[in-house]
Amino acid sequence: MINRSLMLKLLSGLIVFGAWEIAGRVPISYAFPTFLESMAALARMTFDGTIFVAYGETLRPLVVGVAISAVFGIGIGLWIGLSKQFEWLFSPIFIVMQAAPLAALIPILVMIYGIGLTSKVFVVCIMAMPVIVLNTASAVRNTPVSLKEMATSFLAADRDVLLKIILPAASPVIFSGLRLGVSAGFIGAILSELKITPTGVGDIITYSRSIADYPSMYAAIFSIILLAVLFLNLLEKLENILFEGNNRGYVSD
Amino acid sequence: MSQIKPDARQAIPATDSAVSVRNVSKVYGDVQALKDLTLDFPRGELTSLLGPSGCGKTTLLKIIAGLLPATSGEVLINGRAVTGPGPDRSFVFQDFALMPWATVLRNVAFGLELRGVAKSEREAVAEKYIAAVGLAGFEQKYPHQLSGGMRQRVGLARALSVKAEVLLLDEPFSAVDEQTRRKFQEDMLELVQNEKKTFIFVTHSIEEAVYVSDQIAILLPRPSRVSEIIRPASFRDKGVANIRRDPEYLDIVDRIWASLRNYVE
Amino acid sequence: MILFGYKLPALSSLILWALLWEVVGRLELTFFVPPFSEVVTTLIALIPTPAFLSALGITAAAFGAGVFFAIVIGIPVGILMGKSRVLDELLLPWVNIFLSAPLTALVPVLMVLFGFGTRTVIITTTLFAIWIIILNARAGVKQINRSLVEMARSFGASPLDAFFKVYFWAALPEILGGVRIGVIRAVKGVIIGQLLISIVGFGALFELYSSKFLMAEFWAVLIVLFGLAFALSEFLAYLERKVSYYASSRG
Repeated sequence: MINRSLMLKLLSGLIVFGAWEIAGRVPISYAFPTFLESMAALARMTFDGTIFVAYGETLRPLVVGVAISAVFGIGIGLWIGLSKQFEWLFSPIFIVMQAAPLAALIPILVMIYGIGLTSKVFVVCIMAMPVIVLNTASAVRNTPVSLKEMATSFLAADRDVLLKIILPAASPVIFSGLRLGVSAGFIGAILSELKITPTGVGDIITYSRSIADYPSMYAAIFSIILLAVLFLNLLEKLENILFEGNNRGYVSD
Repeated sequence: MSQIKPDARQAIPATDSAVSVRNVSKVYGDVQALKDLTLDFPRGELTSLLGPSGCGKTTLLKIIAGLLPATSGEVLINGRAVTGPGPDRSFVFQDFALMPWATVLRNVAFGLELRGVAKSEREAVAEKYIAAVGLAGFEQKYPHQLSGGMRQRVGLARALSVKAEVLLLDEPFSAVDEQTRRKFQEDMLELVQNEKKTFIFVTHSIEEAVYVSDQIAILLPRPSRVSEIIRPASFRDKGVANIRRDPEYLDIVDRIWASLRNYVE
Repeated sequence: MILFGYKLPALSSLILWALLWEVVGRLELTFFVPPFSEVVTTLIALIPTPAFLSALGITAAAFGAGVFFAIVIGIPVGILMGKSRVLDELLLPWVNIFLSAPLTALVPVLMVLFGFGTRTVIITTTLFAIWIIILNARAGVKQINRSLVEMARSFGASPLDAFFKVYFWAALPEILGGVRIGVIRAVKGVIIGQLLISIVGFGALFELYSSKFLMAEFWAVLIVLFGLAFALSEFLAYLERKVSYYASSRG
């Protein structure tokens, strides 16, 4: 049966890329290159190294931003999950941040921090933190009462309960929050490159557009999507391996 | 009447109760879960708390365990008042409460781990009890790889490993299938014989209570009170296979049902 | 949390934060944070102005159109995917890809293909919202209890009847959940669209105020936007709650 699933995936890829190729040949727009043209451009950029340099630039604020968001986000999330006062005080902030279109803040951030790495890191952070915080807080708060009671009944101190029960039990949801955070951070990184200053991959996109080199532009975009999808899938597989038992639900059916 | 027995085991001096509940009340907001409950649990025996839902039996068990505070009244273990969980009691949970990220070995050794026992020592103890409950060979498995019955045996092994005097069981067999449940009840009889502990067992199954118990306390709801204490006598030593057809067993079961059926919602 | 015996409502800490904002603003700690009261008065003054109302109108129209298309295309596609295994296997990988992909990267393509106008903003909004709507519609259909299906058939329901009287309602809580998240994503989509594509509507206001350092105005518009997004999300959550009374007993 793996064959069938694989075949259907290949088939669907073929259909979509085939449609792309055809649409490019029609052409539905002068600005719509064919699939093959775009792939050729991508190959060219890979072999002459431009794409790697570009990603080096683009990924920097992403990595830094996600790292900061993860550390602070999990920390704040833990605190919110554990303390009712802290939850009352801080969770509305993050709920609002989650629902709001934070992209609107970009001009302000640019004004405060200029157009360099700092403001890009900030953009990644404001996009990634809310989901990490809220997921962590929710995971902590939803620790099965039964497990906490069990630990207390065996004389666990509060610290034991936190380290041996709450954290391990919350890990799967925290990890998936991180995954969502990375995904949101990606959007932040790309947005800041298209809006603040073009560097890295964003630069390839804007520059190729301005000189009407559409294959390169599409190639760059294709590569971003490919990279994001591959990386997030990798994280998901990792999540499944690490938390194999937990994904079946808590052992209290 | 089964309560009057010439059996030596029945002649319990009033002072040898391992656990004494004295005038315990528990109020949640407007709801009075327990009102002025007094009950004794004889040392070395298995006492069941039996009753329909809402009669407060799990609440009482958790108060004895120290997991819930009583609103008034006190619980004495060997004469000393309960203020929280203690090394003299251990608990077996209805939904097993196993840590899904830990192996069977670590789960069973968890009580000892929390008490600071050294790793090699606690693992040795854990291995012993894992074998005692019939799970030898499964030490490195994870809970999700086990059946429901096996998971509960892990919970039982964990409770036994800490060698507490009083073992509290909260509907321990209600989350497993019927056949496994029957086997557990038979194993329970053997356990009570071999371990010199006091067992307090909450159940809503009449047959189960009459089968395993030395003493059955029947609780009725609204207000929660002990309505009757029954001490089955004649069939306790008959061997696991014969109990369910014993006339006294059947009589007691019928009697209890007759008095409880009005409380079914 | 409980203070002096009174249970404080969930979002009431925002009042505290507003006070803090006021203090920070009064102390003139940073140019970028005017006192909260000033922002509020500016907000009140700003709302009736034609500039604001037109921006609101443009943004709301683009948003509404985007959400409309996302729902009208997304829900049927999701339902079809839930019912047909072949279709599901063909489309699901793409839905998942676009769900987690940084859709912002697609905006330049859309600009190049569809120009710099409102049409592109609408398409962006639709794209932001549609994937989660599809996924949830699919999930809603997939989790319909087999027994319900069999029940409908055993009573001789026609396919149309079965859909409208049984399946639709069984899947509804899940679908509404997807729409709620989709709406939030659509708000982000419309703003990102306006920031990148054609600077109109609220996007234009943000650019204008930030470039002229009119901070009170900037925050006022931001608050309005956040407020609207939140209100919309809460309204949908309310609808979701109204149907979810039967949600947990579906299974």
